[in-house]
Amino acid sequence: MTSGLWELVLKGIWTTVQLLVFSSLLAAAAAFVAGVARTHRLWIVRFLAGLYTEVFRGTSALVMIFWVFFVLPIAFGWQLVPMWAGTLALGLTYGAYGSEIVRGALKAVDPAQQEGGIALSFTPWQRMRLIMLPQAVPEMIPPFSNLLIELLKGTALVSVMGMGDLAFSGNLVRLALQESAEIYSYLLVIYFVIAFLLTRVMRGLEKKLKAGVGKTPQREVSAHELKRAETTGVGAAGGAS
Amino acid sequence: MKWDWDAVSDFMPHFWDGLLVTLQALALGSLISFALGLVWALLMRTPSRWVRWPVGVVTEFVRNTPLLVQLFFLFYVLPEWGVTLSALATGVIGIGLHYSTYTMQVYRAGIEAVPPGQWEAATALNLPVARTWRVVILPQAIRRVVPALGNYVIAMLKDTPMLMAITVLEMLGQARLYSQEHFQFTEPLTVIGVAFILISYLASLLLRALERRLVH
Repeated sequence: MTSGLWELVLKGIWTTVQLLVFSSLLAAAAAFVAGVARTHRLWIVRFLAGLYTEVFRGTSALVMIFWVFFVLPIAFGWQLVPMWAGTLALGLTYGAYGSEIVRGALKAVDPAQQEGGIALSFTPWQRMRLIMLPQAVPEMIPPFSNLLIELLKGTALVSVMGMGDLAFSGNLVRLALQESAEIYSYLLVIYFVIAFLLTRVMRGLEKKLKAGVGKTPQREVSAHELKRAETTGVGAAGGAS
Repeated sequence: MKWDWDAVSDFMPHFWDGLLVTLQALALGSLISFALGLVWALLMRTPSRWVRWPVGVVTEFVRNTPLLVQLFFLFYVLPEWGVTLSALATGVIGIGLHYSTYTMQVYRAGIEAVPPGQWEAATALNLPVARTWRVVILPQAIRRVVPALGNYVIAMLKDTPMLMAITVLEMLGQARLYSQEHFQFTEPLTVIGVAFILISYLASLLLRALERRLVH
């Protein structure tokens, strides 16, 4: 491959990274808003948040991208720049998956914590911000990490719309060289490296956040250790110090 | 916003064709991913690390790279190596391979959840290894993981539109073709969007019923 083609690939990587950052920010915002709204006391708020989750989780990310690129401009007259159209479609779709993670983690916080907040006459917003979220967020990191990898894989979909991301640059190189094994192997390796770096970053983040609430990240416990922990009552459980 | 019901009824015959292809791809892809996932899960249990290590690396790689690029790889590279398959067959293999790296983890969890007493009983009865797996461990493990496998079938359904990128005319492919021929984008794309939501919602209801029957 010539240096000109590599430049094309580098540009593709940059577009993919930008899209990943923007859409993961939107997805995180959507996930927290919808996830917290699912625990709201008014049924209409819970219903709307649930509707958002079901609709965006039910449909396919690629169909959503087509819809945002082709139907929004015609039906509502909103012509978005490709980058923002891709961000919107991916962010809202993966945000719906994320809202389930947020809801699950909030549900997993010990109810006594919530009651303690009520007893101290915290407002609902204070309870959420000062008691629930600090304990729930560290638990969300491992599933969020998986979701982030799914989102990275999802960014390749915008290449179907002709946006110049990494997968699209691969198609251009294939057309230029009339040879596909090499470039697609490179693409797969590049995506894998990005995914690997993301998991490392998320693991570091988990460690930091869990240290803040006095926990250590749960290692993958082998069956042998698990047995020992059950019989003696110490071991895997004794992480807090 | 204009909504044209004539366009919807014009599109419906194409929609049914597309739905048929989508369901075909889904059924075959599921079969491949169930079978291959079990193979990976069993290979990961072999005592030799010379088997476990390569299988672990390959499946990790496949799981962490985009299905779309894998489909392009299969679609453009296999013919260069002298293997010519139809677009649908290539897509089915791609989806099946990609999701087998997910189902293998489901099987692993199921196998690990079989109580150790079952293994010990099989040893005490002097059952050969193959027989232990076939009649003791796997029937119990697989029963437990059916709901989780079902979730991946729904996820696979939502990834079938990617086959459009390798020229398969499934639902999204039909919608795009119709849109370009008649220059009406709103109706076909909305119809298939709603169809996806309906199908995956019905499938999740079905799955919940199945889960209740199998787990208890």
